[in-house]
Amino acid sequence: MARGQTGTTGRRKATGAADKPKTGSAAVTKEQLLGYYREMLLIRRFEERAGQLYGMGLIGGFCHLYIGQEAIAVGVEAGKKPGDEIITGYRDHGHMLVCGMDPKEVMAELTGRSGGSSKGKGGSMHMFSTEANFYGGHGIVGAQVPLGTGLALANSYRGDGRVSFAFFGDGAANQGQVYESFNMAELWKLPVVYVIENNQYAMGTAIQRSSSETRLFKRGVSFNIPGEEVDGMDVLAVKAATEKAAEHARSGNGPYILEMKTYRYRGHSMSDPAKYRTREEVDEVRKTRDPIDHVEELLEKNGWADEATLKAIDAEVKKIVADAAEFARTSPEPEPSELYTDVYTESLA
Amino acid sequence: MTDILMPALSPTMEEGTLAKWHVKVGDNVKSGDVIAEIETDKATMEVEAVDEGVISEILVPEGSEEVKVNTPIARLGGEAGAAAEAKPEPKAEPAPEAPADPQPASRAEATGDPVRAPAEAPKAEPAPKPALRDPELPEGVKLVKVTVRDALRDAMAEEMRRDSDVFLMGEEVAQYQGAYKVSRGLLDEFGPKRVIDTPITEYGFAGLGVGAAMAGLKPIVEFMTFNFAMQAIDHIINSAAKTLYMSGGQIKTSIVFRGPNGAAARVGAQHSQDYAAWYGHVPGLKVLAPYDAADAKGLLKAAIRDPNPVVFLEHEMLYGQEFDVPEDVDWVVPIGKAKVRRQGKDVTLVAYSRMVGFCLQAAEELAKDGIEAEVVDLRTIRPMDIEAVVESVKKTNRLVTVEEGWGPMGIGAEIAAKVTELAFDYLDAPPARVHQEDVPLPYAANLELLSMPSVAKIVKAAKAVSYK
Repeated sequence: MARGQTGTTGRRKATGAADKPKTGSAAVTKEQLLGYYREMLLIRRFEERAGQLYGMGLIGGFCHLYIGQEAIAVGVEAGKKPGDEIITGYRDHGHMLVCGMDPKEVMAELTGRSGGSSKGKGGSMHMFSTEANFYGGHGIVGAQVPLGTGLALANSYRGDGRVSFAFFGDGAANQGQVYESFNMAELWKLPVVYVIENNQYAMGTAIQRSSSETRLFKRGVSFNIPGEEVDGMDVLAVKAATEKAAEHARSGNGPYILEMKTYRYRGHSMSDPAKYRTREEVDEVRKTRDPIDHVEELLEKNGWADEATLKAIDAEVKKIVADAAEFARTSPEPEPSELYTDVYTESLA
Repeated sequence: MTDILMPALSPTMEEGTLAKWHVKVGDNVKSGDVIAEIETDKATMEVEAVDEGVISEILVPEGSEEVKVNTPIARLGGEAGAAAEAKPEPKAEPAPEAPADPQPASRAEATGDPVRAPAEAPKAEPAPKPALRDPELPEGVKLVKVTVRDALRDAMAEEMRRDSDVFLMGEEVAQYQGAYKVSRGLLDEFGPKRVIDTPITEYGFAGLGVGAAMAGLKPIVEFMTFNFAMQAIDHIINSAAKTLYMSGGQIKTSIVFRGPNGAAARVGAQHSQDYAAWYGHVPGLKVLAPYDAADAKGLLKAAIRDPNPVVFLEHEMLYGQEFDVPEDVDWVVPIGKAKVRRQGKDVTLVAYSRMVGFCLQAAEELAKDGIEAEVVDLRTIRPMDIEAVVESVKKTNRLVTVEEGWGPMGIGAEIAAKVTELAFDYLDAPPARVHQEDVPLPYAANLELLSMPSVAKIVKAAKAVSYK
């Protein structure tokens, strides 16, 4: 738990790990909860493997891991409807894994191979899937917010009942274009949910050092956009909040802000020595608020999974990740002829 | 048995110091446990375990310096319980000395050289060059006088009637009827859903436009002037121009960014700038800069139909000028084709947008002195029809480029380089460039005039390359 946040610590304790909330647990089935567990574990194992491949030199450049934040991607996916769009920044691997993209093509994009989802031409921060309604994967902090609002503009234009989910971090929450987007979204009642993944640190800058108002769910107040704080380490709380926010947006009431309180265990990117926080701080969150441990506890408490079941899921996930890593290592690099493709398109088909 | 390898902590790291071990032989580790600390010249970082197991051997003692990335530093034995059920992962971590991988990553290679010798880059495929000509006019088509302003409006109206995915957004485009009255009447015909007044937030609404285009709509984003589009240039370049490529061809953005570009009159430096070279620099964008009303209409229609992001540079000083425009036809001018606006044998003047008019006037002046200038109107900045310029230079052997923008790294610089490359032996004089002086545009009337390209400057340059 981040220390020195007198304003938020108390509240987080109320919903924190020490007394795990039973938020929505009544509304979840065994199969659903096992599914969330599996998805979250997939993200964690995938990211650990990505970190390892990075260490081996198979992944280059920037690589931002999602470890610690798994409950958000999984909970929003569980709460949204098919057809709803997702767009996010560069910490994007988790979102891609839960929206239905093949872990193999995601990992192969990380290694810059032809089997990658962008044929190796995008990399960690630039992946997309029109099929899965996943619109990236954007490397410029905050740019996905107007883009995601534009997806909502298209939804509104077509009247197709879809909602766009624009994810961004506590760092991006200070970008001017975010507020330009808030203004237009509320003005035109666009169906967009802004999901702020507040992991407490914008790269190395703690939120108290970057933000005059650290309760980011209030950032929509002057635009009349409702917002609420959510325990982003609790997949069921995330799901419930997503359903509520999506309903608001889908019914023509305009945007909604969800501030997911979360924490990233790893550095900002691979080359971040993370000297701006203590090891103890990270360990404390891991020990008391881990989103996967939380689901495991819920499963056990409800008698929905014994050790053997969880181990079987673990083995299945490990196999998926191992296969993805193997594919990402052996998929050939793109043909040199790919250098000059996809600069322009000849058709909209 | 799994080897734990010396990790790279950054893309450029080749070796580091193994500062400290947090575990010893016999310790049980699980994924996420900190097992060691590594130092480079830049940072100290903790190494976390990825696999579970028991440390069976420490291969590199703490305090060891210059440990190469990917050197095995410890060995992990399988843990009896947890690991047994997990399927073993053969070949997951090949020893770097004997890569089973047919495509080893550069840093895994024995040399440790982070820079891989690239395969020779293929040449840019020449853009397909079908015979792009202005459409033939059917028999009996009338030419009517239309201002550039109305030609642009007609183009948008016709395309909006043709395709319900096309809409216009920007500041004052709807109720005010356009800051320069280019969108006059569109709100009445198409309603507020398709003619959208935005707040004065270029960065934001350009981003919304690109997002809507990613979702398949075909927005026309009007900037009151391109000077204000600097606030939005991130979305024009990073979000619109690059995404098709970064997505491996998946995400298409059919969008037009349009508005007046270049210097108006006496509005000072911040409101007087030519962005042709800026946008012309960027792969993934098409950049158009028409001169007359027929091209304004035909090229804007082509831009709206084009599946790529298009930057469409208009000129305030041309909005009120009248030109012949074909009446009652679907007039679409091909992108990427220059037009010879005046035939001549002595010198080639190349320009775009308002400067085409200046060149035509200069050509009349030059004719009085017996110099017949050929005026090539680029119309499209990117992809540029350099063949048309080269063809003309091969005839005249002399080249003058004219642009409103600054000279360094400008359109003229690019044309001069290309012509030198493609028609060096045809040049009888070094190419000359006419452009705005290398200063922010001044306000004072006399200084503004001094700074801008002028007919006199063009005449002077043409005579200079003609040695007259």
